[in-house]
Amino acid sequence: MIVAVLVVLVTLGSVAFHMWSPWWWSEIASNWVGMDDTIILTFWITGAVFVAIGLFMAYCIWKYKYNKDKRADYEPENSKLEWALTIITTIGVIALLAPGLIVWKNFVTVPKGAYEIEVVGQQWYWMYRLPGKDGVLGTTDIKNINDDNPFGLNTDDPHSVDDILIDADDLHILKDQTLKLNLRALDVLHDFYVPQFRAKMDMVPGMITYYWFTPIKTGTFEILCAEYCGTGHYSMLGYVIVDEEEDYNEWLSEQMTFEETLASNGKSDLIKIALNKKNDL
Amino acid sequence: MAADSYDDVAKNKDSIPSLEVPPQDLYHAKSWWTKYIFCQDAKVIGIQYALTAVAIGMVGLVSSWLMRMQIAFPGVIPMEAGAYYQLVTMHGMIMVVYLLTALFLGGFGNFLIPLMVGARDMVFPYVNMVSFWVFFLAVIILAASYFVPGGPTGAGWTLYPPQAITSGTPGGDGLGIVLMLVSLAVFVIGFTMGGLNYVITILQARTRGMTLMRLPLTVWGIFTATVLALFAFPALFVAGIMMTLDNMLGTSFFMPAIVEFGERLTYDGGSPILFQHLFWFFGHPEVYIVALPAFGIVSDLISVHARKNIFGYRMMVWAIVVIGALSFIVWAHHMYVAGMNPWFGFFFATTTLIIAVPTAIKVYNWVLTLWRGNIKLTIPMLFAIAFIITFVNGGLTGLFLGNVAVDVPLSDTYFVVAHFHMVMGIAPVLVILGSIYHWFPLITGRFLNERLGRIHFWVTFIGSYSIYFPMHYLGFMGVTRRYFEVFEGDNFTYSIIGINQFITVAALITGAVQFLFFYNIIVSSKFGKKAGKNPWKACSLEWQTPDVPPTHGNFGKELPVVYRWAYDYSVPGADKDYITQDTPPSAVANAKAEQT
Amino acid sequence: MSKNKESIINQLTQKPWEPAQVKVDNLHEGKTFNLHVGKLGLRYLMVVSTIMFCLFIVTYADRMVYDDWVRMPEPFLLWINTLILVISSFVFIRIQLASKKNNFEKARRELFFIGFLAVLFLIGQLLVWQDLVQAGYYVSGSPANGYFYVFTTLHGFHLLGGLIYWAMTINKVWKLENIVIRKAKHTIELCAIYWHFLLAVWIVLFGLMLFS
Ligand code: HEM
Ligand SMILES: [Cu+2]
Ligand SMILES: [Cu+2]
Repeated sequence: MIVAVLVVLVTLGSVAFHMWSPWWWSEIASNWVGMDDTIILTFWITGAVFVAIGLFMAYCIWKYKYNKDKRADYEPENSKLEWALTIITTIGVIALLAPGLIVWKNFVTVPKGAYEIEVVGQQWYWMYRLPGKDGVLGTTDIKNINDDNPFGLNTDDPHSVDDILIDADDLHILKDQTLKLNLRALDVLHDFYVPQFRAKMDMVPGMITYYWFTPIKTGTFEILCAEYCGTGHYSMLGYVIVDEEEDYNEWLSEQMTFEETLASNGKSDLIKIALNKKNDL
Repeated sequence: MAADSYDDVAKNKDSIPSLEVPPQDLYHAKSWWTKYIFCQDAKVIGIQYALTAVAIGMVGLVSSWLMRMQIAFPGVIPMEAGAYYQLVTMHGMIMVVYLLTALFLGGFGNFLIPLMVGARDMVFPYVNMVSFWVFFLAVIILAASYFVPGGPTGAGWTLYPPQAITSGTPGGDGLGIVLMLVSLAVFVIGFTMGGLNYVITILQARTRGMTLMRLPLTVWGIFTATVLALFAFPALFVAGIMMTLDNMLGTSFFMPAIVEFGERLTYDGGSPILFQHLFWFFGHPEVYIVALPAFGIVSDLISVHARKNIFGYRMMVWAIVVIGALSFIVWAHHMYVAGMNPWFGFFFATTTLIIAVPTAIKVYNWVLTLWRGNIKLTIPMLFAIAFIITFVNGGLTGLFLGNVAVDVPLSDTYFVVAHFHMVMGIAPVLVILGSIYHWFPLITGRFLNERLGRIHFWVTFIGSYSIYFPMHYLGFMGVTRRYFEVFEGDNFTYSIIGINQFITVAALITGAVQFLFFYNIIVSSKFGKKAGKNPWKACSLEWQTPDVPPTHGNFGKELPVVYRWAYDYSVPGADKDYITQDTPPSAVANAKAEQT
Repeated sequence: MSKNKESIINQLTQKPWEPAQVKVDNLHEGKTFNLHVGKLGLRYLMVVSTIMFCLFIVTYADRMVYDDWVRMPEPFLLWINTLILVISSFVFIRIQLASKKNNFEKARRELFFIGFLAVLFLIGQLLVWQDLVQAGYYVSGSPANGYFYVFTTLHGFHLLGGLIYWAMTINKVWKLENIVIRKAKHTIELCAIYWHFLLAVWIVLFGLMLFS
């Protein structure tokens, strides 16, 4: 009896915790509502299964308690029942998978015209790069990295000249502008994750990964590194600030391009080739 | 009388002579050393495995306390970030590989396989003995890494390069990671020797009448898990070797060109993702290497204590086999957001959710075994019920993480930590505890103390459920895992300090009550209530040995002959509510199932 | 007896509780395969090691496509070493024939020759290493080098392991008076299978390095 009651309590207690506890996700600030919806759907289906199994088990424990004058049923199998359950389960699984795959299809197809920016992770801070006036990110190579060129831009690529380099943990983005984040790591794995945007993807040294999203709300959101990257992993934080057009432009006007950074260090000759090429274009 | 044709048996439903066993060179211990230390008796080896695994498991348990203290009450136990990461790593690796894998296969496998299939010992007792000592060596190497400069590795149990072998990670530029990799390689070698024995004993050394479909599910679980290990461990071995070379000799198998703290390292061109593929090709089946024996054992616990045959035995066997096979084509569900080709996501999400079907069938069949049963709420049964609840919970959250789009926000958060602890931490541990209560009378001839056992059960179950159930919700909020400091992010809707403190207190209590259990084991093995033969009235062969505890050679003069499957409980018409596997038909003439 | 020949699917769909099935099952002898455990054990080990090499080969293929891949030269000595393995396999076939005819004296003699060839092969491999290192092909050079050293080392370790079993075989056919014929034949057969396996592995690995 007690055992059956406790099984019921654990089952219903879990449901109660789910419904009434204050710990829940923060409101979404990107276009990935589909992910939230799929989670909610998954909750309904799995929750129903959880409650059904828990309560049925409690019922069995209560109803079929040991009695030395009674015998259990002798029923090695019941094909009909087993197949019925299998089919129901399969249907449930399809109901979960189908919407999930649709959202994933969305996630991996970057819409045309998304504004490409770059996020660079290294132990243990973030850097960002915007494409600048020409709208194209210059190419990079890890071998180019030095104090003057922390992003490793190719100094003979004309597109790199006007790239805007943000060597700080905070990034401003424009509300409602669809972004494709090109992700790069210089040393070990990292992961650019803002809980309110829902999306995340590891950054892997030696390759460029990406994901896309559209911020739909202004505000300041905290960045967490979501892939273990060594002792400082927990402190690899930063902020994404989603601005309206005006604030965004103001912030943008304060940032320096690659050309300007080099000029301020007196190293302009480093990108001579790129500048020449650019003039030829 | 030789019963060579079906007719013979049909005519006089009488007993069949034990199959002539060729004179076996049974191993006989000659000295104290060969009896207790370098012993070749599988039962002793099983206990050696279990004790070693639990001993190193204590390190894992204490590590988890320290981590939980740091998370909820930072500063109470002073600790640096590096130390925290070392604790996380060693905790994870010890729990998964050195505790659970070794305990289920090395411990339970060795003890139960020969007894359950009706063999005198494993087929290669010498190799079996060596297998244990190689495992022991692996544990020693692992433990040694605590004492080298720089300490053990803090790379996370997944050991992802480049981070695992660079200087930003504790132990990454020292001996820590090397010893970890060497220890794993040694473990794999030792395990291959053990696995050789488990597989071949089950295939070839069963006693007369023991067909595959008459085996208890415990044997099926251990067998399939061992076969998985046979395919999966080489991947770990290969990855370990290649990473060791990258680390020691500067090859670039997994290491791309990187700039670490402003300094360019000499590596070039390797692929970190390749390591992840190898690791998870091992790592996912590893989850099932832990889970399948638990599935098998819990089926037997439920059946024995519900006095009812396991429901849908054939489905249960098929499910074990299908899950085992499928577990090799789902590995990349751990890598949805790792930067691999995103189109893989479709394939791996589909295969992963397909696995849910046979898994669900297993759950239904456990519950349906209780249905119309005659349930004795013994301690093993309580643990089995608790297993079902935690396993269902953890299995269902697996549907979140397997569904690729849902995994995006949840991966690398505490949701993952909660999920895998529920499904492969708590659930199998509950089975282990239950099965110790179940088989303790066989091992020592005495029961464990009932009252202590009930306290132990309730605290362990309620405690561990309260650790991990709320933890899922931290994951929803976006609390990332492997964080040395859990902070009040601006992101969170509600303070997470209180909930973390609650979890930590629950963890400390749950851990502490395990010492009550150890106390129970020690005291009861001397003073416990005498159990006698077959105290649970079970059908399977391990309880039918002439001596309790079974002596060397297991079955006395003659091997038993098997006349029925392992689940003849509550057969209509029979006098008792169980018919042991070695009861000849003539002894239970009234039983309905025997009549054509 | 015929009961052991059922296909695995048949076995797995039996209903062990049905009276008709019970009667059939009662006559089962408890073995799944009609094989000696030693042979099955050897197969098990060969499967594990094949999986290991296959995984290496998969990573090799994966790594090969990058442009920092520089081919290794194949020193002529490697061909000689290959030949040595081929000869060993050949000798082993003769040993098996001899042991079939109970000619253990001959078998023993040639077993010693096997040991000699094995050591020769290992020395040959070491010489190859020396040559390559002197020519500047270090492990940490191109990944092709890394794989070459890994493959040869692992294969070498397999051979060393084989030598342990070889010693046990020699031990079994050591004194003609003491030979337990059944056991000696069995051991020789297992040893021979393993040697053929090593040759096969080597040919695959060597071919792989040759043609990539
Ligand atoms: C009372 C028991 C346990 C407690 C309190 C506990 C607690 C923890 C904690 C606090 C973490 C670190 C989470 C993080 O910072 O990301 C962790 C990680 C982990 N635990 Fe446990 N654990 C327990 C039992 C187990 C068991 C039985 C297993 C066996 C499967 C296990 C496997 C793992 C693994 C694989 C990790 C991941 C390590 C990593 O991130 O590299 N734990 N555990
Ligand atoms: Cu990080
Ligand atoms: Cu997995």
